[in-house]
Amino acid sequence: MLKDKRIRIVIGHYGSGKSEFSVNYAVKLAEMGRKVALADLDIVNMYFRSREKAKEMEELGVKVIASHINTPAVEVPSIAAEVYAPLQDNSYDFVIDVGGDQVGARALGRYVDYFKDGEYDMFFVLNANRPETQSVDKVLEYMIKIQDVSRARISGIVNNTHLLKATSVEDILRGQKLALEVQDKTGIPLRYISVLEDLIPDLPKDLEGEILPIKLFLRDEWML
Amino acid sequence: MAKVLMKGNEAIGAAAIQAGCKYFFGYPITPQSELPEYMARELPKVGGVFLQAESEIAAINMVYGAAGAGARVMTSSSSPGISLKQEGISYIAGAELPCLIVNIMRGGPGLGSIQPSQTDYFQATRGGGNGDYRLVVYAPANIQEMVDLIIEGFDVADQYRNPVMILGDGMIGQMMEPVEFKPPKRREIPEKDWATTGTGGKRKPNIINSLYIAAEDLEAHNIKLQAKYKKIKENEVRVESYNIEDADVVISAYGTTARIAKTAIAKLESEGYKVGLIRPITLWPYPYDEFKKINPNCKGILTVEMNTGQMVDDVKIAVEGKFPVHFYGRTGGMVPTPEAIIENVKKICGGEI
Repeated sequence: MLKDKRIRIVIGHYGSGKSEFSVNYAVKLAEMGRKVALADLDIVNMYFRSREKAKEMEELGVKVIASHINTPAVEVPSIAAEVYAPLQDNSYDFVIDVGGDQVGARALGRYVDYFKDGEYDMFFVLNANRPETQSVDKVLEYMIKIQDVSRARISGIVNNTHLLKATSVEDILRGQKLALEVQDKTGIPLRYISVLEDLIPDLPKDLEGEILPIKLFLRDEWML
Repeated sequence: MAKVLMKGNEAIGAAAIQAGCKYFFGYPITPQSELPEYMARELPKVGGVFLQAESEIAAINMVYGAAGAGARVMTSSSSPGISLKQEGISYIAGAELPCLIVNIMRGGPGLGSIQPSQTDYFQATRGGGNGDYRLVVYAPANIQEMVDLIIEGFDVADQYRNPVMILGDGMIGQMMEPVEFKPPKRREIPEKDWATTGTGGKRKPNIINSLYIAAEDLEAHNIKLQAKYKKIKENEVRVESYNIEDADVVISAYGTTARIAKTAIAKLESEGYKVGLIRPITLWPYPYDEFKKINPNCKGILTVEMNTGQMVDDVKIAVEGKFPVHFYGRTGGMVPTPEAIIENVKKICGGEI
């Protein structure tokens, strides 16, 4: 994780779990003593965005940047100019949580000058339990579409296959198989497996990719 | 089919297509816009038509037309958009046409907010349009149940020739949950021999209409409608309840709020409190009879809603004055917490309210 590039862009299909991955990844970096900022660039979706947990993240040492309109439910595609600060300030580890699909990736366009080869990672979050991303061909279709709009290059795949609190080891392994097939086809490495904390002991030990333990920040206790 | 992870709004679309819905007419509004988006992408693949109307009023009248021609058709919107559709809904009910209407409620009144609410209970159950009509109103509490009710709801609409409404809140529309698609229980669905499909020169034209010039005719039509509603009340009430026979307090809540209530009840149980739940799944017809099973020594009923107290009226009708009826609600897009519900239950148990 510490070896990842300073700027990490998190993209993926709508509802693949980008925000939950981004929040957990950023919090983990902060726990490791890094100076971390997270930008929520989601201008597609109005519910379940990482900015809803800004307070919790700030308490854990993550600086959160979203809209300059400080109301979570405002339907204005506005992004704070402050996003430029961690792009320019090398002392930050920067996680950019992008909105879903190619539509959401469009918000990256204005920062394209900062995405120089070798200076950023772009992670594609994959959930094999989403109906739209269950085959290699469909995953590739999304990867290409989103990458084209983002004008940056995907450098890693995240196996984020889950059914929320009902996730089983089988779900994760099914996603792992799909992610490895995508890796074979594209040469883009499977970098992370995000897994609910209590499932980690049940996983096989030799899985490819680094395991990121996930705490569900965005789900209230009464939700599945 | 294995379980997949879907967002509520997407799952509504998938369920409708599974149920054989071929036509969707609507106009986008948050927090349900993923549904028209899904239909725009998926309906053409099954030979159906998605059409974004110029307004909600146009959309509901397109539904009126398609339903009149015997098609499986639906529309969806969120609170202010559903208000705009009321005239058409009343016409559809008057003309006895089957269709499915989805309301993913947001805060009101007026434009309100895009955050979740349950403020359209009155509108859905008392008729937002004019005239003595009823909708069958389902209030699913999770995405699986919503999918099941949509698939069955189309059949219910056909069986009774009546519009069916799915009443969800923004949370259930936006939330992701595991879901699988199962065939509904079989129902006797009559032939649509009333539909305007062309006479073929073999019969008199069918006419779809809600206008009756003669008072006697309109009264007869209304009596016929009421007989139908009576049948629906006898056959279609749906409710989930537990722990009510020996409860000290019974919570009544529907939809998302009922799930929060369940979390609260589980916590209260672990502290030794005896709390039951009555969760209406049909808001009309309302499960009044379920309240007759409540422990006669129950200290009170707590109704929890994301509004300022609408279903609470039905709860009062149901308990016939036997128990005090209390209310706790949040509004404007605020969602109740299990802790706040627990606090209210404890107050009732302690005789504080």
